Amino acid sequence: MSEAATLKAITANRLTDGAVVYLADGGAWRETLRGCRLAQSAEECAAMEEVARWAASSNLVVGPYAIDVTMDDAGAARPASLREAIRIEGPTVRPDLGRAEG
Amino acid sequence: MALMKAGRIVPDPWVRVADADALPDDGQPALVGLARWRAERETLERHNGPLGILLRADEPPSPIADALDRFDLVALDFPRFNDGRAYSSARILRTRLGFTGELRAVGDVLRDQIPFMLRCGFDSFEVADPDAADAWAGTSEIGVAYQAAADARTPVAALRHAASRTPLPPAGEHRPLRRPVAAPVPAARPCCAGDWAY
Amino acid sequence: MYAYDQFDRALVHQRVAQFRDQVSRRLSGRLSEEQFRPLRLMNGLYLQLHAYMLRVAIPYGTLSARQLRGLAGIARRFDRGYGHFTTRQNIQYNWIALEDAPDALAALAEVDMHAIQTSGNCIRNVTSDPFAGVAADEVEDARVWAEIVRQWSTLHPEFSFLPRKFKIAVSAAADDRAALRIHDIGLRLFRNDDNEAGFEVMAGGGLGRTPRLARTIRDFLPTAELLPYLESVLRVYNQHGRRDNIYKARIKILVDALGVEAFRDEVEADYAAGRCDAFALPAEEERRIRAMFAPPAYPALPAETPRDRAADPAFDDWVKANVVPHRVVGYAIAVISLKPVGGIPGDASADQMDAVADLAERYSFGEIRVTHTQNLILPHVAQRDLYALWQALTAHGLASANYGRASDIIACPGLDYCSLANARSIPVAQRIAERLAAGGREREAGTLGIKISGCINACGHHHVGDIGLLGVEKNGAEAYQMTLGGDAGDRAALGAIVGRAFSAEEVTDAVETVIDVYLARRVNGERLAETVRRIGLGPFKERLYGTDEGGKDRP
Repeated sequence: MSEAATLKAITANRLTDGAVVYLADGGAWRETLRGCRLAQSAEECAAMEEVARWAASSNLVVGPYAIDVTMDDAGAARPASLREAIRIEGPTVRPDLGRAEG
Repeated sequence: MALMKAGRIVPDPWVRVADADALPDDGQPALVGLARWRAERETLERHNGPLGILLRADEPPSPIADALDRFDLVALDFPRFNDGRAYSSARILRTRLGFTGELRAVGDVLRDQIPFMLRCGFDSFEVADPDAADAWAGTSEIGVAYQAAADARTPVAALRHAASRTPLPPAGEHRPLRRPVAAPVPAARPCCAGDWAY
Repeated sequence: MYAYDQFDRALVHQRVAQFRDQVSRRLSGRLSEEQFRPLRLMNGLYLQLHAYMLRVAIPYGTLSARQLRGLAGIARRFDRGYGHFTTRQNIQYNWIALEDAPDALAALAEVDMHAIQTSGNCIRNVTSDPFAGVAADEVEDARVWAEIVRQWSTLHPEFSFLPRKFKIAVSAAADDRAALRIHDIGLRLFRNDDNEAGFEVMAGGGLGRTPRLARTIRDFLPTAELLPYLESVLRVYNQHGRRDNIYKARIKILVDALGVEAFRDEVEADYAAGRCDAFALPAEEERRIRAMFAPPAYPALPAETPRDRAADPAFDDWVKANVVPHRVVGYAIAVISLKPVGGIPGDASADQMDAVADLAERYSFGEIRVTHTQNLILPHVAQRDLYALWQALTAHGLASANYGRASDIIACPGLDYCSLANARSIPVAQRIAERLAAGGREREAGTLGIKISGCINACGHHHVGDIGLLGVEKNGAEAYQMTLGGDAGDRAALGAIVGRAFSAEEVTDAVETVIDVYLARRVNGERLAETVRRIGLGPFKERLYGTDEGGKDRP
């Protein structure tokens, strides 16, 4: 993969409780980026977005969209933007409320 | 599209006539747009059947105020369900202008807006989903009205002080409402018994 | 304060049943998200950054102790143990599950509360003067009319699908503590030369992308005409407000587009065309509501200087900052600061809410107020009880002596909580408060309003702060654009941008620098906004940027 390519993940909110979730394999949605599906190409991303749209119309999730993701030194996926980092870890001013996301 | 009145799907006798088309010549009820009414009023008034007019959301009712007696139907369009202009038009038609014919909501009419529409004086609804009638039967409605609108529901403040009836301010700036004549509407029309709240 | 009767209760309970049905249809897929969204919003339920956020209405900011306990219960049972008080006198919960929302609303209904119309393109919570009923400078309790407008606006069938949200504020005091001029409609109750009570009606105020101060469209509207006149204003807006662009859809844009005279003419024309209802508010109803706002039966007390002020400097500080004179001799208005230095502005834990409820029952006839500055008030405290109250507040972390001061910062939730935000606001507030409190500048500066918004929607009211900060994104990083000279009260003014935005690292220094200039240049104890009016932005720009050009944006 070229260094210029950006990894993408798909995120949404779960319909029932609004929790932030990420698209994983098999159409599952998980509350962690660990082990979630990552798109390395535009085609892959489009395919994931289609799965996400299906999940929205099947009333599993609400408002799916793609986010940029980078790999940290330990090889774990992390959101590229501050906004998405806050979404995954919780409010920066309430570390007691967040998820212990690596 | 299905027409719903009084919670039931009913046949729709009205023919929506495009601006360029001829009116039905067999006395069928004809629904025309405002532009056509303006252009061909004299011809239309001679139509040998019931006449209805369709107003778009950006067409207020004032241009037809002087001709309301001629219309058995006024249809108000909702281009999107959250475009609320027709609620004002409906209420003006029913109260200020005293329209007593059928007032129909057409366009993007969703079942959860129907309680608001009823209160503004609509009595029929063009719905996309024929099953909406079943859904409507199960709608739990809010029975309490804080404010008077175009339906007959007594506002809460009047119910609280039932013994007193506050008369309207004297005529002058505020015209008292006209009592409607017997309206040609289905008897079982919810919330619009044809009586006005004072 | 207003107490629900059978009709009010029936409405909130029916509304819960209606929403429960709507949620059920959404969860089963019979309603799509697009269809459900406006219904959800009209019950105050947003889909937000972390989860669903529920905004509960606190009508004109008034709460009973029982209701505040109810809010604490919601925080514990359905959320994560706390709530956030907002700049519209409401409360927000950030972690509500959709499937729990009907039960949460049912729990609210049990204490005569609801989340109706706290979102959506409808008439929102009517706000008012947090000192209504207890301030010396009012004509009568503004909340009488706030309650009348609240009922009239609730589930109003003609005005539930407006072009955009609609915010009304009511005040009856000489001093505008309700920020009337930044509302879609501001109502100022006063008595004319014939001693008749009536409203100055202002329209077209609002912040956000195109901030505007409301303009007077009626100098004097007799109180009996309030509801029909409001109907005409709303009708003109409903019919003519823009529906093609959500950023140009507020009534302020319409007033701008038509010009205030033409807008007024439209309203008066609709008003003259006659009522759209056959109903005038009965005199008995006005009397019934007014009676509910009758003052409590205050035991007669002598005027008293709170004891222990000399002995306890901390208590003395608190009295100086947080205790406001009351209309009645021997009593005081006590402000409970929700801005502990380094804490989260406007947040209160469930335990704190319960504590305040207890204190309200003991010291304030069971009544609490929420201010649009995100603080709480106990409006009826006997002066002789102030020391005991302060000690109790101290035990719960609620005794910060900073009301109206530099660390009493208004901050929206910002990027920590809000999906609309560009930048965080809470950490900025925390760093600024810590710096100013530590260095003694807060004490020296006195009354000073710092207001922080995380985005252009301006929920932090930054346009009307002495110092306003607007969170923006610059080159992928958070940055803060500063405005100076804003004011929300009688001398309402919108702040002016000083220059290029400051980074998160720079902004605390920048605020400190502004205050230094203010302290050096102020005369006669004037507010910072007045200093700016007097000397202009130049001296501030010079100190901030080393030039009076305001600096250039770094590439």
